[in-house]
Amino acid sequence: MKREELESFLKEKARILRRDIIKMIGEAGSGHPGGSLSAADIIATLYFYHMQHDAKNPSWPDRDRFVLSKGHACPVLYAALAECGYFEREVLWTLRKLGSILQGHPDMKKVPGIEISSGSLGQGLAAANGMALASRLTGRDYKVYTMIGDGESQEGEIWEAAMLAAHYKLDNLVAFLDCNNLQIDGPVCEIMNIKPVVNKWRAFGWHVFDIDGHDVLQIVDTLKAVDEVKGRPSMIVAHTIKGKGVSFMENVCGFHGKAPNREQMEIALKELS
Amino acid sequence: MVNGLEKETVKKATREGYGDALLELGKEYQNVVVLDADLAKSTQSYKFKETYPDRFFDCGVAEQSMMGTAAGLAASGMICYTGSFAIFATGRAFEQVRNTIAYSNLNVKICPSHAGITVGEDGASHQTVEDIALMRAIPDLKVIVPADYYEAKAAVKAAAKIDGPIFIRMGRPKIPMIFNENYEFEFGKVLKLREGKDVTICAIGIMVGTGLEAADKLAKEGIEAEVLNIHTIKPLDEEAILKSVKKTGVVVTVEEHSVIGGLGGAIAEILGKRMPSPMEMVGIKDTFGTSGSPAELINYFGLSSKDIVAAVKSVLMRKA
Repeated sequence: MKREELESFLKEKARILRRDIIKMIGEAGSGHPGGSLSAADIIATLYFYHMQHDAKNPSWPDRDRFVLSKGHACPVLYAALAECGYFEREVLWTLRKLGSILQGHPDMKKVPGIEISSGSLGQGLAAANGMALASRLTGRDYKVYTMIGDGESQEGEIWEAAMLAAHYKLDNLVAFLDCNNLQIDGPVCEIMNIKPVVNKWRAFGWHVFDIDGHDVLQIVDTLKAVDEVKGRPSMIVAHTIKGKGVSFMENVCGFHGKAPNREQMEIALKELS
Repeated sequence: MVNGLEKETVKKATREGYGDALLELGKEYQNVVVLDADLAKSTQSYKFKETYPDRFFDCGVAEQSMMGTAAGLAASGMICYTGSFAIFATGRAFEQVRNTIAYSNLNVKICPSHAGITVGEDGASHQTVEDIALMRAIPDLKVIVPADYYEAKAAVKAAAKIDGPIFIRMGRPKIPMIFNENYEFEFGKVLKLREGKDVTICAIGIMVGTGLEAADKLAKEGIEAEVLNIHTIKPLDEEAILKSVKKTGVVVTVEEHSVIGGLGGAIAEILGKRMPSPMEMVGIKDTFGTSGSPAELINYFGLSSKDIVAAVKSVLMRKA
């Protein structure tokens, strides 16, 4: 595929994910649109281009794994899994409803393609470490991708896990930091500053990339560059916009965990059409 | 006489049973992996580390990360055993155990040592009196408290065959043997160690031996105590307990744990619902531990065979 074609292909996939996110959360009447929308381009690149996985065989032992440590952004992951064919699209509209496989935060026992239950912040990176270590024991040549949030980076367990990944030289582990600069109570830099975040991860022994998390070709190129990193884990600090793609949600803290009402949903879907 | 029941003069700690069981599991299962948090010497997992270095990962002083790593390993097909001290495994890392391991029903065996007050001189910060209560409250998490070295070893080995998360509580002190190497651990079953008609003594962990000692003393006074080893606190073998209490009419629970939420709590829950009966609880009375030798602390906190005898006499006064 030519680069321009790849770019428009991935942008189109990300647009579909964003539409589904809005519709899912709108139908549910609750959920976290901001951090789902900020992650859409990364998730689209992973699931529709980069990762080795098979929707028809979710437990394929050699598959690449993805762990959504910032589990509240699960609408974007559910949307990607449905688009890949892990389950029927109709299931998306049952998000957060009683009896749905699509819980408010991911449940690996219910949803094919979810590698581990998450949602309590700070815990996914450690689980990803375990999966990366397991590949060493089984001799299976897969990679483990994970995504943490910038607010989530305030959890101590993230840094415990950061040390472990570097200590065990987990070069089959690739983390994204979805740096959308906002958390529930306000800007990350005001609530609990995590800067200088690139230096922090470097100091912890990771190979760090600093990219635009909405530039799909940059994401593609970075994931390719990651394959050349040996002897240490990689952190891709992805600068993003919370609520990306919906004008009245972009950089608005209030849409961290608030669903659009009917009218807002219509406007958002029009903007994403 | 129960098969495998024996009094030996040599004493061993339950944590030694953990260490020795891991060695056997390492040989039997290629997918057994062991983690610890800078306490491999204390938990005895160092033996596995020396023999199977490729399958042992020290996570440093970072119990939360250890539990998460264990979850990831288990999600990738490993049977993962984790060490540390009970206070840190169940307290510091409670929510990792709850959300990433138990909620996902992952095959992680949480087997910390140094539970209870018999940690001794280290004092209250390291003496967990609430770990059973914490673990028991987590949905679907199985809870085992072994009574001696052989039961610990057998339970740790049995856990490999049971899919899903299990908490097995180990202790620091060397204690007398109750069983021998022929002991067969039956998960989820109450083990009757002594027949009696006057009172049911339900005991766990290192207090099982003390319960038997108390029963000997009571026998000399003409009181026949039935002694049950409740090694599996969850799921609880309710029918076996009710059968005994139906016969004796009264119960004394004995544990090296808070009287809140542990064995006493568990037994009270079923008796209250199904067979209200006079009951006394021998355990830590809603208080923190303190420094001292294990033997001193057993007396200080009222966990000696004398205390059990007193509790039995007290509950017998209330017998209808």
